[in-house]
Amino acid sequence: MQVEAYAGEEMVLNMGPQHPSTHGVLRLELETDGEIVRNVIPHIGYLHRCFEKHAEKVDYPGVIPFCDRMDYIASMNNSLGYALAVEKLMDLEVNERVKTLRVLMAELNRIASHLLSVGTYAMDIGSFTPFLHCFREREKILDLFEWLCGARLLYNYNWVGGVSHDIPDGFEAKTREFLGQFEPVIAELDKLLSYNKIFLERTANVGIISEEQALSHNVTGPNLRGSGIAWDLRREEPYCGYDTYDFEVPVGLGEYGPLGSCWDRYYVRVREMEQSLGLIRQALDRLPEGDVQEHIPRRVRPAKNEVYDRTETPRGELGYYVVSDGGLIPFRVKVKSPCFTVLSLLPAIARGGMVADIIAIIGSIDIVMGEIDR
Amino acid sequence: MKRYFKDIFQSIWTVLQGMKITGNHLFTRSCTLQYPSVKWELPERSRMRLFNKIEDCIGCGQCVRACPVDCIYMTTEKRAKQEPPLFAADGTPIKLRVTQFDIDMSLCCYCNLCTYPCPTHCLVMTPEYEFAVQSKQDFLYRFAKEEPQAPPKPAPTPRPAAAR
Amino acid sequence: MEYLREVLTRQVGGYDQLPEVLQIFLPMLLACLLCLGLVALIPLIAIWAERKVSAHMQDRLGPMRVGGWHGWAQTIADGVKLLLKEDIIPAQADRLLFKLAPLVVFAGGFAAFVVLPFGESFIVSDLNIGVLYIAAISSLGVVGIIMAGWASNNKYALFGGMRAAAQIVSYEIPTVLAILTVVIPVGSLSMQEIVKAQSGSVFNWFIFQPVTFLAFWIVFLGTLAEVNRTPFDIPEAESELVAGYHTEYSGMRFAFFFLAEYANMFLVSALATTLFLGGWHGPGFLPGPVWFILKAMALVFVQMWLRWTLPRLRVDQLMHVSWKVLLPIAFVLVLAAGTLALI
Repeated sequence: MQVEAYAGEEMVLNMGPQHPSTHGVLRLELETDGEIVRNVIPHIGYLHRCFEKHAEKVDYPGVIPFCDRMDYIASMNNSLGYALAVEKLMDLEVNERVKTLRVLMAELNRIASHLLSVGTYAMDIGSFTPFLHCFREREKILDLFEWLCGARLLYNYNWVGGVSHDIPDGFEAKTREFLGQFEPVIAELDKLLSYNKIFLERTANVGIISEEQALSHNVTGPNLRGSGIAWDLRREEPYCGYDTYDFEVPVGLGEYGPLGSCWDRYYVRVREMEQSLGLIRQALDRLPEGDVQEHIPRRVRPAKNEVYDRTETPRGELGYYVVSDGGLIPFRVKVKSPCFTVLSLLPAIARGGMVADIIAIIGSIDIVMGEIDR
Repeated sequence: MKRYFKDIFQSIWTVLQGMKITGNHLFTRSCTLQYPSVKWELPERSRMRLFNKIEDCIGCGQCVRACPVDCIYMTTEKRAKQEPPLFAADGTPIKLRVTQFDIDMSLCCYCNLCTYPCPTHCLVMTPEYEFAVQSKQDFLYRFAKEEPQAPPKPAPTPRPAAAR
Repeated sequence: MEYLREVLTRQVGGYDQLPEVLQIFLPMLLACLLCLGLVALIPLIAIWAERKVSAHMQDRLGPMRVGGWHGWAQTIADGVKLLLKEDIIPAQADRLLFKLAPLVVFAGGFAAFVVLPFGESFIVSDLNIGVLYIAAISSLGVVGIIMAGWASNNKYALFGGMRAAAQIVSYEIPTVLAILTVVIPVGSLSMQEIVKAQSGSVFNWFIFQPVTFLAFWIVFLGTLAEVNRTPFDIPEAESELVAGYHTEYSGMRFAFFFLAEYANMFLVSALATTLFLGGWHGPGFLPGPVWFILKAMALVFVQMWLRWTLPRLRVDQLMHVSWKVLLPIAFVLVLAAGTLALI
């Protein structure tokens, strides 16, 4: 569009921190010319809770509740990353049952997280019904989690050297039942939202992240795969025995517009839910016998060392850099947040769009402010 | 021109498909639970309000150490030799008198870390979730039987890391 | 109104002895009160219906408590709550315009009710330019919306106001053109004449005739955009503009916007009913006004159905739909209707 010819006076619009669709407390400073956005400046830090400082004050297991609260949509995946990092620090190998349970819960939570992401994205675009349909399904997963470990959102499930609870009786059957009834829901979601012409118009040509941009800004997760790069840590650097599972890495194909558009990112998430379903089935099928907690000293005291470990959360590559000075308390826990890196790309892709496009882009990169600010 | 009409047709078609789905949902059963009149049964592992069975508490303080948010305040004193011996339900001798066992549920993060180290399993998380109160002070649950002589430590003074 | 005067003369003893002014004025007042009651009552029902429809489409239950049966009194309770709320006017707002805007919006919707033909004689005033009057008066709302957007001194409200202005002006054109396809065969702008032209069997309704069938959908979409409903709800797009032009409004002033929105929904549905669905005509087991309201409410239901199904368009796409899709089709339809009339 030739906007230069119609350029007029600019107005600064302050979007957030209280705004229905900035996904938490993100504040955007928009320089708008009518409906067209000339520049976007994201301001973060409204949800800063001193995660890294907290981690220097509590013992190793005590950090896990704080990890849960970083990306509160996908607590299982967040604590998993930390638990793996500390286990790596301690040179501890957990048994197969723990690994399988971790995969099972991580994938269930991935579905829950993607459901929330997809649902809120629908709401950002203006469609309310898919949002509640997604929440209905998410609620079932949360019920499973509550049954499993007693909490609905912040599980404290993945511990150093194991998981907190074994699955209760009947959990497997209930999970299979959920999987069976969830599959048609994805098909329905496709019909109701994904292929809706208005939704396509709103998203398929907007917020394009090119391959080079994605790589240069360290975009990870579904956002990276939306740009057509098949990079998934579960496949490239398998942890928890992901290499023994059979799953695909869905990538954006650019069917309805340029590659790397909002729609591609959105659709990668929908397809990933399907893959997660398969992973859960496989995990349930194998589920070996074993103890769910390795015998480790009650007070975890890793040797003096440092370790970086990264896992694939629903939002991308989450890295934990844990330094131990040989004491009971971690010397330093540094987090590499996937949402932060992708948010740094926002000004570049949002410039020149319309106000409504900003909403579409923020929704499609699926940021959780709890993780960005920590 | 062909694309123009194709776009119009696609819009109408996808809209109709969506309407079919929402129309079907109009007649499917709602999944709402009418909360105060109907209540769901919480699983036994539910982590809601903390409860301490003070009779079994031996005052070891492991829960205080495990709590990542420091919401448990405990003071103990030695029981005199001449006092009759007390035992917890599982037979552990109680050597300390717990004069203060306060849990500030407004600070609690429901992580459950305090209940695992408890040697007598007297500190548990109950499925009791309806404990909204009018004042924040009412979130301070006092489990100790004897009132402490001095007013309870109000401010959680952060323990120095080296002390542990 | 003449009918009302007749009834009064017949039923009320000594009515014709009253001064001439009163004889004219009293039926006017009565009709206005009736209309006002309708304007207040229909939104109440429509708001409750919208909540229930949206809830069930989303597998929820919606309001269930107030009043007993399926929360039928929820809207009344909300109205009372809004009445009791503090009236907040932002410090930097243009106070006069801020207070005036909801009234203008509401008055626009209210004034259009006078030409709605609820039944054979149930019409406040059968203006001979009824259709034109509705088209003109229902656009009055946009003035109020811009006033609200400007007076709030809020950037989001301003955005909403500007969007509403652009949108309503654009959609007025295809709508009125599509209405012309009905006016041409009838040969009159009077609402009653149009309804009478559709008497006889159901197949005399204009929706069952080829040209006007397409025109019906254009009118439906155009009016949908005029009342700012999804997918054309960009003036109040809550995920973009918080609440659009009524971001700063609260309490009763907000309630006026809300009432006006639903009154307008009914109004445009009633317009489409009059023009295309045979107005108050229907099988004899129900009286005419009931048929009319039922048909209009059915269209209101379709509007709700669309709202709870579809995402929202972007501003430029909205303009695209109006100017590049609806307008050309409307022109073709007018040409076709004119040709048919000539033959």
